[in-house]
Amino acid sequence: MKPLAYECPTTAADAVAALGRGDARALAGGTDLIVQIREGRKSVGRVVDLKRIPELTAIAQQPDGGFRIGAAANFNKIAAHAALANAYPSVPNSGRLVGSLQVQNRAGLGGNICNAAPSADAVPVVICLDARAEIAGPKGRRQVAVEALFASPGRNTLATDEILVSILLPPVRPRSASCYLRFTPRREMDIAIAGAGVWIALGSDGTIEDSRITLAAVAPVPLRTPMAEKALKGERPSHALFADAGRTAAREATPIGDTRGSVDYRRELVAVLTQRALLSCAKDLKLRITSP
Amino acid sequence: MNSVIRCEINGEEREVLADGRDTLLDLLRDRIGLTGTKEGCGNGNCGTCTVLFDGEPVNACLVLAGEASGARITTIEGIAHGNVLDAVQQALITHGGTQCGFCTPGIVISAVALLDRKRAPTDDEIRHAIAGNLCRCTGYDKIVEAIRSAASSSRASAP
Repeated sequence: MKPLAYECPTTAADAVAALGRGDARALAGGTDLIVQIREGRKSVGRVVDLKRIPELTAIAQQPDGGFRIGAAANFNKIAAHAALANAYPSVPNSGRLVGSLQVQNRAGLGGNICNAAPSADAVPVVICLDARAEIAGPKGRRQVAVEALFASPGRNTLATDEILVSILLPPVRPRSASCYLRFTPRREMDIAIAGAGVWIALGSDGTIEDSRITLAAVAPVPLRTPMAEKALKGERPSHALFADAGRTAAREATPIGDTRGSVDYRRELVAVLTQRALLSCAKDLKLRITSP
Repeated sequence: MNSVIRCEINGEEREVLADGRDTLLDLLRDRIGLTGTKEGCGNGNCGTCTVLFDGEPVNACLVLAGEASGARITTIEGIAHGNVLDAVQQALITHGGTQCGFCTPGIVISAVALLDRKRAPTDDEIRHAIAGNLCRCTGYDKIVEAIRSAASSSRASAP
């Protein structure tokens, strides 16, 4: 491992300038990056710590009722934000699945996104919630959908002199709910074999007006499933509908087979997890769903 | 690339020269000589290097020494009250919640952090709090018993 310098700017502009000098990586929680550097999987001369930039660690409700989550705010801090947990319980709940309590005291949503692991547990739900990413670069700030930040396993779409500043969640839509479920052999400290995040919003007539589904660990990037989403729209929630959406999502998944699960097994998990996540949303919305 | 790290360790202000590649674990063990904190996996899976960072449990192997600048660190050496063991430490002895002992410092730190937040944790909460601490002698039941007993003895002695 080559020599490593540690820098800790206190503004986003200084962090961008520090990254612009080259041979540097942005450091948020560090729970992935520090291991990657020390094991020689990433060669870098400088790390630029983002945790001393106040807006990067702040979590705040916005005037419109939405939320701004600093990209370096750790998962325990995210879970401790009462208004956020009340509006979007699925956000802290999915953060609680990442590593251990020790890891959650360092790691956060911004790092989980930028590390770009297809299995990232905190990501599917924020994509389902239509979250935007606020990015700072040498020419100023820009926004893109969080979904657009994923290039391939371990690669995000940020330029080397850009940083993710915050994740912006819209105000809660009336009659909506979201949920992320994953499957791991062990309950804690494990990587998802497959995961499914869902969001549904009901119209005033009780049918599903809008839906989003995002899968984890079954494609090179977190995967939206447009056919399964479309299958839900305009329909009345039922066991049969949710089971059908799960089977459709399973067909849209493009998993690999590896030591943790075969292709068929991952597809089967997608069908089951998607259906269960939809049922969980129905329960949150206090819908009475007739048994199959 | 050496730099001076200033932080508080076990209640004492310290100034330590560290290499940019050092983790907080390297700083504690190799630069200061506090070898009670152990290195197991070195990548955040085993939890044996758990220390308190501003009061919260973290894996010292996943923190760069530079990140500890200005922080308040508590290691296993800072847990006992003078010559009197903390209730968690005493309970682990009483209940036989330790075999080879390698995971024990990390388990103690995680348990102390839990009992700081919750005076009467459920068994599920205890198991969740130590889920990031692997014991390969697999004596978890006795560890859970010890933490449960430490919680009740702390409640009994608290005003």
